[in-house]
Amino acid sequence: MNKRSTWALPYVIFLVLFVALPLILIMVYAFQDGNGHFTFGNFAKFFTDTDAIETFALSLEVAIENTALCILLGYPAAWILANKNLNRSAVTIVLFIMPMWINALMRTLATAELFHMLGMQLGKGTLIIGMVYDYLPFMIYPIYNILEKMDKSYSEAASDLGATPWQVFWKVQVPLSMPGVISGVMMVFMPTVSTFAISEFLTNNKIKLFGTIIQENINSGMWNYGAALSLVMLVIIGITSLLQDNKKDVNEGRV
Amino acid sequence: MKRFFAQFYIWLLLIVLYAPIVFIAVFSFTESKVLGNWTGFSTRLYSNLFTGEMHGGGSLMSAIQNTLVIALIAATVSTILGTIAAIGIHNMKGRGKQAITFLNNIPMLNPDIITGVSLFLLFVFLHVSQGYVTVVLAHITFCTPYVVLSVLPKLTQMNPNIYEAALDLGATPFTALRKVLLPLLKPGMISGFILAFTMSLDDFAVTFFTRGTMGLDTLSTYIYTDARKGGLTPELRPMITIMFLGILILLIIINLRKARAARNAA
Repeated sequence: MNKRSTWALPYVIFLVLFVALPLILIMVYAFQDGNGHFTFGNFAKFFTDTDAIETFALSLEVAIENTALCILLGYPAAWILANKNLNRSAVTIVLFIMPMWINALMRTLATAELFHMLGMQLGKGTLIIGMVYDYLPFMIYPIYNILEKMDKSYSEAASDLGATPWQVFWKVQVPLSMPGVISGVMMVFMPTVSTFAISEFLTNNKIKLFGTIIQENINSGMWNYGAALSLVMLVIIGITSLLQDNKKDVNEGRV
Repeated sequence: MKRFFAQFYIWLLLIVLYAPIVFIAVFSFTESKVLGNWTGFSTRLYSNLFTGEMHGGGSLMSAIQNTLVIALIAATVSTILGTIAAIGIHNMKGRGKQAITFLNNIPMLNPDIITGVSLFLLFVFLHVSQGYVTVVLAHITFCTPYVVLSVLPKLTQMNPNIYEAALDLGATPFTALRKVLLPLLKPGMISGFILAFTMSLDDFAVTFFTRGTMGLDTLSTYIYTDARKGGLTPELRPMITIMFLGILILLIIINLRKARAARNAA
């Protein structure tokens, strides 16, 4: 039986080559100038470039606002969907999940066209509304999943012991559903903070987010600066994923 | 009353969420180049989509074809690589297992743009010219972790004695693998394959960075370039409509079947 641990070997080689080495290369390129000499210049450039810093701050702001709105709109929806007394139809759940299976660019494009047709000025407002459109299902689904699997006897016990429905909700159901909220936050915040095409569509290229700057630098051959910016983003992602101590939730929210 | 408000909220949210796609679907039945401009009912865009006679030539068709072929190859290779890896990981212990699990989680936690940029730098560093092959390799990279995570739970649930019993009763390790292990892992492999396939179909950022400059387009990159040029190819409207309807019907069938199976079991 033990010999079969060697079966992991091809994948280990694959992971080292296509996951570990590329990430190391980001670091290597980030600390090099165009001629391959070691430098902190790329980071100095970023921290002294007010445009880049402002874009960076704006990206964080948009991502936080989007995540907050998704929780605000999505939690009640997930709660209702998971409550058998309020929702008996399996079709509504499918309708909420379905957008996750559709190409995000297509959905965004449809949204942007609708804004356009309604005569809305494309800008920060449409950017945030459009992002909520795109990411709401990714918030609803993990929360719904965890609420649906939750043992109902906890809530019943709380109300038997005299808790009001409101107390049952805040003191029992919300704390127990936190893992779902956290994986929802991961699935909404991380893509929003790193997006590039979506923000371009929704603002008609008027507003640049951090992802767009990375893409522009990489595509125009400024690999070293692009790598440095990617490293900055990796740090943000690293900090966010510390939120989530249990890695199992990531895949639970996905299917 | 409470039920009424709950249903009202749910349906309001759904109507708002689906407004853009309904809008696209409605305007897929008119010929006008600009969206929102109704020039009379027509199914020409649909027939164009199937005959390939469309604005911008056949590049949309080849983009669709590339998307499907890449997704199929990536999902198949990921399923094989991921299943073998999962069997290996399941039989490992301690530090090595932790290290692989950690590496396996990275592509799932990393934002697409980081995966894309890092692989772009890898191919630059190795002087590999970027195109079809690099896109497929990149897709395998971010798909395989999902297969591994779909297959691993099946291995943990499995009673190890079953496999040992097969060997004791005279099966060769290969027969035991084929007749005992694989059937038990099949559900995990199938859901891993489906997951990998949809992840690949859905990808934009990683493809964008690894496709090179030879003009290779998948559906996502096609839409991106198309939209940036200013005008959306009108034939994308019927295509989006068909994809939405197709996936919606598929998901509803799957879910109703699941619900029925659950009811029968109960």
